[in-house]
Amino acid sequence: MSKVRVLVGTKKGAFILTADGKRKDWKVSGPHFAGWEIYHLKGSPADPNRIYASQSSGWFGQIIQRSDDGGKTWNTPGSSAEELKGPGGFPKGESNKFVYEGKVGTHKWYDGTQHPWEFKRVWHVEPSLTNPDVAYAGVEDAAIFKTADGGKTWQELSGLRKAKGNLWQPGAGGMAVHTILLAPKNDKRIYVAISAGGCFRTDDGGKTWKPITSGLKSQFELPDPDAEVGHCVHRIALHPSKPDVLFMQKHWDVLRSDNAGDQWNEVSGNLPTDFGFPIDVNFNEPETIYVVPITSDSLHYPPEGKLRVYRSKSGGNEWEPLTKGLPQKNCYVNVLRDAMAVDSLDKCGIYFGTTGGQVYCSANGGNSWNAIVRDLPAVYSVEVQTLP
Amino acid sequence: MIRVVLPFHLRNLARVTGEVQLEVAEPVTIRAVVDALENKFPVLQGTIRDHSTLKRRPFIRFFACKEDLSLDPPETLLPDEIVNGAEPFLIVGAMAGG
Repeated sequence: MSKVRVLVGTKKGAFILTADGKRKDWKVSGPHFAGWEIYHLKGSPADPNRIYASQSSGWFGQIIQRSDDGGKTWNTPGSSAEELKGPGGFPKGESNKFVYEGKVGTHKWYDGTQHPWEFKRVWHVEPSLTNPDVAYAGVEDAAIFKTADGGKTWQELSGLRKAKGNLWQPGAGGMAVHTILLAPKNDKRIYVAISAGGCFRTDDGGKTWKPITSGLKSQFELPDPDAEVGHCVHRIALHPSKPDVLFMQKHWDVLRSDNAGDQWNEVSGNLPTDFGFPIDVNFNEPETIYVVPITSDSLHYPPEGKLRVYRSKSGGNEWEPLTKGLPQKNCYVNVLRDAMAVDSLDKCGIYFGTTGGQVYCSANGGNSWNAIVRDLPAVYSVEVQTLP
Repeated sequence: MIRVVLPFHLRNLARVTGEVQLEVAEPVTIRAVVDALENKFPVLQGTIRDHSTLKRRPFIRFFACKEDLSLDPPETLLPDEIVNGAEPFLIVGAMAGG
């Protein structure tokens, strides 16, 4: 029977939740990297035992960790026991080095002045679909880095910041590349989303990037609501069978594109509020999508204190609330942008984590939910691996 | 031999327990001690000083002989008690909640 492994990044460490395909009885391991902020961890589609993790701290900076045994043991890349044999065999540090390429340049600061780019942390690690030694890192201040040696060294794909990076500016959470989508069957095409820079696409493997924001409107965030860059895109998602169809949760508005981001159309429809953070697609139904409406940009909790996932089976516009098993009173948690994931079982499992430390699972496409864990630190990210 | 005390999380990263001891050629300055520390424990590169600028990270403090040397220039000579090993050089995570 298939198994699932859920990778949870939190404010105080990482946790790994495992279950068989029924997704009822769970084992919890962790905290890994106790006391550190784990913005994200994700397994390689090409080698599920290879997992990358971003470990960071306001005191001590950025550390990249890697497991080659499914999360049982971890090393900074280049520092496995085999690699450290001999005198002076202490863990290496090159894997933690993220240095912007060339002249660092400036971006727009909160007050509208220009401010130098300063590396702060890795928000998101996206392993290659085909090569476990290749991965991309989305970082704050916003940029994308690539490794081709399993995380030992990282190089910036600096063409992204040339896409009018001087006009990007931080949102409340900072200015970061938080979403990286690798197009299936086209290793030259990558999508990224930036708060608050917008949405961008490369078709040449990361050398050049173009904004893909036509149709986005940000009337309360930008002086020009239709600006090419600067939109606060919270998350984008795609289904592997339809790589040109993108779904977006923007600061306000839920949108879709049917042409790889060249044009977006709003599909918020009957949502109670179209502010929110995550968005994801059912693995078995490419037109079934999920969002978690949040009251507003000023009130980061669910409307009426009711935690509701909304599902659209029509790719947007027509939405239904999913509430069975979720708290329907006195709930004031948030669900962050990287904290929702889907497995590839039939029926599709949907997972999300909250800032209150709960991780919920639905083993039936969202019809009902159970809390796998309830009392973790604030959840930053949730990923799931479906294992044979 | 220079004695250095690291904060909990950096001891874990470097895979050491207790104080670390470093050979540091004279003159023994703040920079020389941190250079020697990073040379022996490469995983600490970037955790105490920025990778590029080599500036002390904002929430890292340097204490020696009951003095806070955090704002002193990296070329500052360390006290004799640090140089002769009578007192440890303390690398500390600044006090903050969370």
